[in-house]
Parts: sequence; C-alpha cells; structure tokens
Amino acid sequence: MNLTLKVWRQKDANSTGKMVTYKAENISPDMSFLEMLDVVNESLTLKGDEPIYFDHDCREGICGMCSLYINGRPHGPKRAITTCQLHMRSFHDGETITIEPWRAASFPVIKDLTVDRSAFDRIQQAGGYVSVNTGGVPDANIIPIPKVIADEAFNSATCIGCGACVAACKNASAMLFVSAKVSQLGMLPQGQPERWSRVQSMVAQMDEEGFGSCTNTGACEAECPKEITLTNISRMNNDFFSAKLFREEKVHDHSGGGE
Amino acid sequence: MSEIKQTFNSSLGKKLIMALTGLFLCTFIIVHLGGNLFLFKDDQGYGFNVYANFLTHFPPIEVVAYLLYASILVHALYGLVLTLKNRKARPVAYAVQTKSPASWSSKNMGLLGAILFFFIVVHMGDFWYKYKFTHSVGYKEYRTNVLTNQTTVTDFVPADPTFEHSSTTVNDVEIVRVKDIHTLVSTSFHNIWYLILYVIAMGTLAFHLLHGFQSAFQTLGWTHRKYTPVVRFIGTWFFAIIIPAGFALMPIVYYFFK
Repeated sequence: MNLTLKVWRQKDANSTGKMVTYKAENISPDMSFLEMLDVVNESLTLKGDEPIYFDHDCREGICGMCSLYINGRPHGPKRAITTCQLHMRSFHDGETITIEPWRAASFPVIKDLTVDRSAFDRIQQAGGYVSVNTGGVPDANIIPIPKVIADEAFNSATCIGCGACVAACKNASAMLFVSAKVSQLGMLPQGQPERWSRVQSMVAQMDEEGFGSCTNTGACEAECPKEITLTNISRMNNDFFSAKLFREEKVHDHSGGGE
Repeated sequence: MSEIKQTFNSSLGKKLIMALTGLFLCTFIIVHLGGNLFLFKDDQGYGFNVYANFLTHFPPIEVVAYLLYASILVHALYGLVLTLKNRKARPVAYAVQTKSPASWSSKNMGLLGAILFFFIVVHMGDFWYKYKFTHSVGYKEYRTNVLTNQTTVTDFVPADPTFEHSSTTVNDVEIVRVKDIHTLVSTSFHNIWYLILYVIAMGTLAFHLLHGFQSAFQTLGWTHRKYTPVVRFIGTWFFAIIIPAGFALMPIVYYFFK
C-alpha cells in the first residue's frame, strides 16, 4: 500500500505547529497503524529528519496510551478499538490520511501528536479511590454484590483513560471519562463511604481543568474504544445533584494540598 | 449560600438550570398550542379573543407568565454562557471536520436556540407587547342570543382607550366586548413573510426539541431502561412533530384558506 499522510508537526508546547505531508510507501495491509508510523519514522530517521512523536505503550489496546485523531475520528474509523488495534487494511491504497493530536485546552500538545493528559490523573486523584481498613486479610467475596451490579461496575471500570471521549466531543468535555471513574466505585458497596464526596470532588476537579460541559451528543460513547455508555453520565449527574442538593455532605477541602 | 452558588456555577449545575428551564418551557408550549387551537374554530375570533383576555387577566396565569419570561431569558443566557465556555475548551480546531456519529440537532443546539430566541422576540413584540402595552389593538363586540345561540359580531370603539373587557347580559342577549387580537393575528398570518418566518421557526423548534427534551432527562440523571424509550418517544413524536406541526399549521391555514 502507498499512502499520503498529513501529520501535525509541532516542535514543543510553546511553538505553533502545522500540517506536514509525508509519503508512506510499501505498507503492508496487515500492519497496525502504529507500525505504519514506525516505518515512516524509520525512513525519516534515515534521512536525518526528526521522527514523528506519538504516544504508545502496550500496543494491545489495554493501556490507554495511544491516541491520534485519524481522518476526523479518535482512534480511526473502526468501532471499539484503540489506534494500536487499527490495521492498515481499514484504509485503501492511495488514501490520504490526516493525523492530528487530541484537541482540548486541557490536553496541551507536548510535541507533534503527543498531548499531556495529566488532567485525567488529577481528576482521578481528587476522588477516584476507596478506603480500605488495615488488619487481617478478609475472606474473598465476603460482600454480596448482585451480578448485574458487578457487571455494570466492571463495564465502567474498563475505561482506559485514553481521552478519546474528550477528543470526540464538540465541547472537549471529559464527562464520559469522569462518569466512568465515578460509577465504577459508586456502584459497589466498597465505594459507598466516599460516594457523595467523590462525585463532588471529581466534578470540581474536572471543571477546574477547563473541560467543556456535556451536550449529550453521544459522540463520546460512539468513539470510546471500551464502549463506555452515556448511562454513566446520567448516573453521575444523578449522584452529583443528589449530593449537592439533598445530602449534607461537603466536598473534601483539598485546598491545603499545595495547589 | 456560597455552597448553593458553587452548585449552580459548576458545569453540571449550569446544565441543571438549562434542563429545568427547558422542561418548563416544554410544558408551556403544550398549553400555548392547546389555547391557540381556538384559531381553528370558525367563530369570528370569539373563542380566541376571550381566551387571550383570560390569559392576561387571570392573576395566577400572570404570575406564571412572568416565571415563563424569566425562564426564556435564563435558558438563553445560560445557553450562551455554556456555548462560549465550550468553545474555549477547544481553542485549536481540528483540520478535518469530525466524523463521529452524533445527531445534527444535538450539535447545533446553540444555533437553533439563537434562531428561536430571535423568533420569540419578534413574536412577543408583535402580539404580546401590542396587546398589553399599546392601544393599537381594536375591539370586537359579540352579541349572543342565549336562547337561539346566534352570535352577531360588530366592531366596537370604546370611549376610554384603556378599556379592556366587559361581559353583560341584556334580555337573554349576552354582550361580550373584548380586545380583538384575532384580527391582528389574522392580518399577520396573511403576510407571506410572517408565514415564512413562522414555518422556519417551527422547523427550528422541532429540531431543538428532538434533542432537547430527551437531553434534559439525561442531564437530570433520569434515565432508566424502562422509561427512557418512553421519554424518547414523547420527545420525538409529541414535542418534535405534533407540537411544531400544530403551530406551523396556524399561519398556513390562515394564509391559504381564511
């Protein structure tokens, strides 16, 4: 396969970037998208050019490291996969492929196609934990959890935090990510002690990071490689309003944390 | 107090306000359509004029009306604030237009809302403002013989321009004198530009509610495997089709058939 790539090149966070066109030649249709970029980078390095920076790690769709906004869609044209699971057979010979980084004020570009997603880490740190008592080792499965609840919580927990929801959203909203993280703990008995403070802290941090708000377009749900559903968002909204309006539980005061 | 402020200033709080005012406006248009069905009645505007008089003179409705005006302004203002904030969340646009599947109306709620706000301003300026705050609207006198149920209608010019409404009975003849908003509506609906404006506005309303009604439930967190399909059904068939179609039929019927 021979392809034309239009790639966003940006030297560092403070530079202005631009689209640069490259040729990708003799690409096997069985290569993954990232292997195709490896081949292009190989030729760039041999020519003495700076290779294209992109995030990747496990290359089996579970780490949430790879990103890339490919031809107008996060993780490319296929449903429910990450960029590393996307194969070149999903494109046709001679196609022009435009590759951009995630675009969001809260995800500043570090270099080329790599963005800083530490805003997600800070949201997670604000409330994405449960308290566990020390002491003797409890028996496994000692707390009864209905199967449907366990399944639903597990579905939410499959979120890998890649940021495709933010990239797909017209408002660059992080609601799908945050709601998955709130849900996976809030639905289980172990997550109850912090349930009402967690949702407040995580939403407060999400707002502070500068993500947009939710218009319920459903683009996030459609692009999520782990098929996290909008149900998580409505569940989080319900918990948030419940916590704010009806429960006498305040957000953690984390102003002393040296922010 | 500051906690309440913090709640409503959060991104979710702003959406809560959008959802609640939006649903309130949805209930209003049901009443508005219901009352306006008098326009289809062939009674020389009697029912419509008496209904309009009732709306402007019954105190509980007047109170709700001001709540309604406030809701329109708050909904529009918060919509603007949210739209601007959302734009700021993505300062650098994508080079390729998004191909993520999402309904057209859900992606254009701000634009649809802006068109509707413009329409509401024109609409209220033409009817509500003229009816309530000027003396430019004429009067009609309806004489109904309560025994034969025969109604005759004549123009009526009150001695005092602040005259609003009277209802008296003389020898089995009921005399109702009332402001004649019906003629104003009828003349407006015979103007081709009004017809076009109203039909476009109702098309806009249809798309706005197609997304808006069910989206409000999602924002409030009221989703349920059993009830969400019902909400979507009502949002699509009732709010996005029957209601806008009913409103749009009014100028169409007047322009072409009356």
